Amino acid sequence: MLVEIGHFALILAFLVAVVQGVAPLLGASAGVGALMDLARPAALLQLALIALAAAVFVHAHIVSDFSVLNVYETSTRNLPLVYKFAGTWGSHEGSMLLWVFMLALFGALVALFGGALPSRLKARTIAVQGLLGCLTLAFILFTSDPFVRIFPVPINGRDLNPILQDPGLAIHPPFLYFGYVGFSITYSFAVAALLEGRIGAAWARWVRPWTLVAWCGLTIGIALGSHWAYYVLGWGGWWYWDPVENASFMPWLLGTALIHSAAVVEKRETLQRWTVLLAILTFGMSLVGTFLVRSGVLTSVHAFAVAPSRGIFILAIIALVVGGALVLYALRAQSLETGSPFAPVSREGALVLNNVILSAGMATVFLGTFYPLFAQLASGVKLSVGPQYFDRTFVPMLVPAIIAMVIAPTLHWRRGRLGAAVRRLAPALAGAVLAPLVAWLFVPPAPWQAFAGIALAAWAMLGVLTDLAERGGFMRLSPAAGWRRLRRLPRGVWGQSLAHFGVGVLIAGIAVSTAWRSERIATVRSGDSLKIAGLTLNFAGVSETDVENYREQRARVVVERPNGESYILHPERRWFAVAQTSTVHTAIATNGLADLYLALGDPDGKGGWVLRAYYNPLVPWIWFGALIAALGGLVSLTDRRLRLRLPQARSAAAIAAQKAEPG
Amino acid sequence: MRSGLFFAALLAVVAIVPAAPALEPSEELANPALEARAEAIGGELRCLVCQNESIEQSNAPLAHDLRLLIRRHLLAGDTDKEVVDYVVARYGIFVLLDPPFRPVTYLLWLGPPGLLLAAGLMLWRRARRRGGAPPPPDLSQEERTRAAELLGGRS
Repeated sequence: MLVEIGHFALILAFLVAVVQGVAPLLGASAGVGALMDLARPAALLQLALIALAAAVFVHAHIVSDFSVLNVYETSTRNLPLVYKFAGTWGSHEGSMLLWVFMLALFGALVALFGGALPSRLKARTIAVQGLLGCLTLAFILFTSDPFVRIFPVPINGRDLNPILQDPGLAIHPPFLYFGYVGFSITYSFAVAALLEGRIGAAWARWVRPWTLVAWCGLTIGIALGSHWAYYVLGWGGWWYWDPVENASFMPWLLGTALIHSAAVVEKRETLQRWTVLLAILTFGMSLVGTFLVRSGVLTSVHAFAVAPSRGIFILAIIALVVGGALVLYALRAQSLETGSPFAPVSREGALVLNNVILSAGMATVFLGTFYPLFAQLASGVKLSVGPQYFDRTFVPMLVPAIIAMVIAPTLHWRRGRLGAAVRRLAPALAGAVLAPLVAWLFVPPAPWQAFAGIALAAWAMLGVLTDLAERGGFMRLSPAAGWRRLRRLPRGVWGQSLAHFGVGVLIAGIAVSTAWRSERIATVRSGDSLKIAGLTLNFAGVSETDVENYREQRARVVVERPNGESYILHPERRWFAVAQTSTVHTAIATNGLADLYLALGDPDGKGGWVLRAYYNPLVPWIWFGALIAALGGLVSLTDRRLRLRLPQARSAAAIAAQKAEPG
Repeated sequence: MRSGLFFAALLAVVAIVPAAPALEPSEELANPALEARAEAIGGELRCLVCQNESIEQSNAPLAHDLRLLIRRHLLAGDTDKEVVDYVVARYGIFVLLDPPFRPVTYLLWLGPPGLLLAAGLMLWRRARRRGGAPPPPDLSQEERTRAAELLGGRS
């Protein structure tokens, strides 16, 4: 009964979404206020109905109602409660429910907190969001219904895929989806603006916080996914340019470009058309990311044949959402005013460079990801595009963007002087030359790319610090006065500095961990020892126990430091009887600068076990960097809100601080 | 297994066979130089029955066989190129993770630099069309201060 209520709520949500998508649009073009006013209650009602459906679905999972097909397929009686809950989005149907919940959530948030928006723009934005809801809900109801029942009711379920039985499942997908779906609101704003035929600084000021929110979510989501892969796969890698990873990376690249181009629209009222196009494509990539990967088209062309209705539905949604918006763009973009001119060397110029590179980078990732599919369809040749391709095309492409990332904030709007900027950044430049030299003297030899990476990382991190020191005037004033000036800097500047610094930390992590990681793989017996990076690993055997829904093989490894101190690590393997699979649970000891990473392999049947040990220097910085960048996004958000609510609060102090900065 | 597969698993599309990956100690060659070459070659070759892994990382029996095959050929004195050519002759260019530069991949390899070039050309032409006169410089520090004063703190 409860399950049917959930199903019914989902159908009602679809009908409400139709009203939300149609009525306000008609009202806005005909000037009927009553129809426009429907947007807000409809958005809230849609969220409430989807929340009800989701709650019912979660309940069915938690009480293990195996009469629901989805619960039977992805759960089992003695599954730990946290995975019964997190497992709700572990399946296709459940993750679609989470997706559409986020979509409705963002629509409702605009309805609730978009008070300052002009009523027509607001009505249209919520309506477009409603149309997106319609499409997704139709997709769920017609091809991916989570509430399908089975009879006779099975006694036990088939268990959640063991590899998903990890805390990562509880946090990674919600963040990722928050990011993916967050860009829907930017899309809705862009389409609404095209309908209005007007885009100005005000539009950009409303759009930017939403874009930032989504970007932060996606950044954290990708970082968590990468970390999950790192600790659970058992070979010490953290990124492989896999189609599914790329699918999340593509909207991230465009979203990053979007944040920067929206800043130009806000400050200088130029690049409007480009920004709108970017907003449409960013969400388009989110759709490609969530849907196309799900259909299996990337790993196998035959996936469409397996579930033709689903695949064709997905293609139709993408064609409609992206194609429709692009047609509108083609019709209306000409009417958008073109902005004020700027010199190639200027803040705008640097941000255009950033946008060109990020977009070309996205196109490269897209090309590499989909090329095997195109090649096979066009010429019947089966080929592979591995990490080597991306290392050779995408990575070098990004280098100029990172160099420019440090210079851009020191340039003036409209027209800057490169010479002055470089003089200002002289300490960072010196650091970027010295850091790889020092590394070259003191560490084992490595490919030149590693040293280039160190130079770039030093440039980014020191560049941010130099810029902040200049803004504070530490070279001219007392430290106390400098701190006071820094404290008065707008939050946006802090956010930007943090984000750029995070990129530097990330690059350092990538360069150093890739070049100087070491690994040992050996078959060991109790009492054997292994040496890696100055550490001695003493293998003290494996114990077996039954835990909840799996059997655990737990090794005991005593790690001795050169100074005689020691600690114990427990790499594990888990055997899941219901699912007939085993998973690896690595043991990682980190001090923030390097990871010792142990994975237990197969037994050899004669009392020996395969033990894989990796020493990964600076690898934690990869995730620190991403988190610092995301934190920068959050800090910027606090600035926006303050300014939106209290435009008059920018006192003389703020102006004094602004006088000090060049832009 | 890669992280991508998590997402894929999330979607319950792909069946997953997780376990410890890859190369086993018993397969390693005694000669470290030869072993390093074998691992380098293995890293370039795709495991044919897996999602997107090299044979060095894969756990599948086929990858195991290929690893042994590479090592046998290296021990027999083959050059790296000969080993790779041997595998390609049997399985096609699908096994190469690093796609070779051939007519079928021209677009793949030339696409990214072509895009950058096209974007650069477009920007350059736009800048030229705008005319040689660059925009006037931004306000000077004094003008900025005066403007702030005139605006009475509502910048």
